[in-house]
Amino acid sequence: MELILTPEEEKFRDEVREFVSTEVSEEIRRKTMTGFRLNKEDHESWQRKLYAKGWMAPGWPVEHGGTGWTPMQKHIFEEECAAAGAPPVIAFGVTMVAPVIMAFGNQEQKDYYLPRILRSDDWWCQGYSEPGSGSDLASLRTKAVLNGEHYIVNGQKTWTTMAQHANLMFCLVRTSDEGKRQEGISFLLIDMEQPGVTVQPIKTIDGSVEINNVFLEDVKVPVANRIGEENKGWTYAKYLLGHERTSIAAVGRSKAQLKRLKTIASAEEQDGKPLIHDPTFKEKIADIEISLLALEALVLRVLSDESAGKGPGPEASFLKIRGTEVQQGITELLIEAIGNYAHPFVPESMETGWNEDPIGPEHAASIAPHYFNWRKASIYGGSNEIQKNIIAKAVLGF
Amino acid sequence: MSFAFNEDQKLLAETVDRFILDDYSFEQRRRTIAMDGGFDKKNWERFGALGWLALPIPEEFGGLGGSTVDVAVLLEGFGRGLVVEPYQSTIVLGAETIALAGRVDQKKSLLEKIAEGKKLISFAHTEPRSRFNLQHVELTATKDGESYKLNGEKAVVHNAETADLIIVSARTSGDIRDDDGITLFLVDPKTEGLEFRSYPTIDGLRASELSFDSVVVDSEQVLGDLNTGLKVLERVIDRASVLLCAEAAGAMDTAVKLTVDYIKNREQFGQPIGAFQVLQHRSVEMLGAKDFSRALTYRAAGLIDEGSPNDRARAVSAAKVEAGLGGKLIGQEGVQLHGGMGMTDDMAIGHFFKRLTMIDVLFGNVDFHRRRFSQIS
Repeated sequence: MELILTPEEEKFRDEVREFVSTEVSEEIRRKTMTGFRLNKEDHESWQRKLYAKGWMAPGWPVEHGGTGWTPMQKHIFEEECAAAGAPPVIAFGVTMVAPVIMAFGNQEQKDYYLPRILRSDDWWCQGYSEPGSGSDLASLRTKAVLNGEHYIVNGQKTWTTMAQHANLMFCLVRTSDEGKRQEGISFLLIDMEQPGVTVQPIKTIDGSVEINNVFLEDVKVPVANRIGEENKGWTYAKYLLGHERTSIAAVGRSKAQLKRLKTIASAEEQDGKPLIHDPTFKEKIADIEISLLALEALVLRVLSDESAGKGPGPEASFLKIRGTEVQQGITELLIEAIGNYAHPFVPESMETGWNEDPIGPEHAASIAPHYFNWRKASIYGGSNEIQKNIIAKAVLGF
Repeated sequence: MSFAFNEDQKLLAETVDRFILDDYSFEQRRRTIAMDGGFDKKNWERFGALGWLALPIPEEFGGLGGSTVDVAVLLEGFGRGLVVEPYQSTIVLGAETIALAGRVDQKKSLLEKIAEGKKLISFAHTEPRSRFNLQHVELTATKDGESYKLNGEKAVVHNAETADLIIVSARTSGDIRDDDGITLFLVDPKTEGLEFRSYPTIDGLRASELSFDSVVVDSEQVLGDLNTGLKVLERVIDRASVLLCAEAAGAMDTAVKLTVDYIKNREQFGQPIGAFQVLQHRSVEMLGAKDFSRALTYRAAGLIDEGSPNDRARAVSAAKVEAGLGGKLIGQEGVQLHGGMGMTDDMAIGHFFKRLTMIDVLFGNVDFHRRRFSQIS
């Protein structure tokens, strides 16, 4: 799986490797490598370390605090972080709302929010989906009515990831019912810690709580918290979708998971021999590995187009599709690898502070929940079917 | 590691695309296949004049010293038009083997002529029972004074009947499937005792079954060192496999375009069938298969000139797996989405389907390369 790196790239990789191996604590490494749950503090402490090093926002322009790295350097960075078991950087602030603020926010908004995002002062969540508006997002009905210097917001958002930790939400709201549905939507930044905002957890099939319903009842949002113009929010949301699409492929994470799969398949036995020597299982691993190599090759091609000034086209939707297929494929093989020990379900054993003996091998505990949890990947971020619609329309011209 | 084409490669891509568009239409290709020998000698002259034959040949022997990526760019273009001229036999396999294994006098006497289009080479390695195993060589070469006597058979040898010289692998020691003991020979096709049974292939090429009955070959005609031919074969076939994937990428690209055009124009139920989402998604899957396979192919093409032997083998096998799977999906779905028309010999799509299918079963199919990949990891 090795890339051929230039001497400068090798030097950079060594620098990153050195940094992450020193700064990712043994406890966090153990959690990410065994698939145990990371808490808010785990994420924030890692992000503060990145901030201190100046590496919190590789995708940002240098004047806002970006690193000025080449696409290849960004790729190496992601891969090294994943390989060392660093917690994933929570994307809502740094890679999702920040580019929108940079492109469409006013000076005051940039000056206030961007440094806070770099320092991880705020935890952001995304208020897009609603009970009646999933793939057909433009049908959203959460209403914002202008009343003097404030909007009064009423409605319900759903599938809101990590809203339980968030103090801010970037939110699409309806400000007009005139004309096309897309032309009546505005982009607001909403303070979650105020009257009228209720967060209600949604338990998922793996037993975890990471998504929520968010109810908004007469929530007051200052007009100063609107990004750009009223009724132009859809354009900004689309801009966000076109930004940093290559990271959705999660090549680094999948490489780390593949390595984990091989380690587990070497430890598990079948007929007295390591499972990894079973020819059928070995070829299943090879299939995923080849698919991941193809994904990486296309990611690097898209990145190199980006650095040549061509924005990521709608072809980037392929990266989302293949990326999530690879991730899900690995979770399937992990279940196969652990055999009978897929059965026990003791969620507490995956939490910080659990100190009883594991049931079966420790590596097995998180695998079945993770498999079920990860079915979300082909549904979120624009389901894989929606990605195909995008390509059909924008690339093939249907 | 660079993933973008340089200026020369961009220019080459434009030139070959222009050639296919202007002078290699589906109808012209059909006429070409019917010509004596199965290809157009005027095209071959033109390839020579354009420098395409010289492209991968080392500069000191009259070539341009191009990289594997350079040749991949050319072959991707060839794939778009399903070019039938014997570029793979003569250049990718023939010239490459001579450049890699030949003595200086052999390179001097052959490579420049090949680059000028004056010599055609054929590559006879596969045997009736070898499947895809490179070390499986039953044909024997027995030393007899200053020469060797060759006895045995070679199977599905492309472009043998039009070749000026045939490179033949033979066993000079060891057992049928031993790594050691394979030696390469340059054989004049007119030598006594060498019989041809020639035929068309299903994808529009020409091939032959060769039988050797005490064929006498001078020991001066040994190509490379005795008994160590496998190393050469592995390198040559690995590179040829990547270049075959590049050709597949071009063929897949055209097949997807033909299919998308077809379903946009074909009307049923009062609308173009391309308006149906199920067909849109299936054509998107075809496009994705092409994009991923192509990206992996260029990755392998870049690695093959720089990487370690293991990296090289894994990169090549990964690319060949992806091209095999992608070619199958695109070929089958291309015909399916063309409906009944896709079954007719008059439509181009079926010819792309056939070529893509034959590409999979050349130099090792998906299963073979998946196994090879998994064994190296």
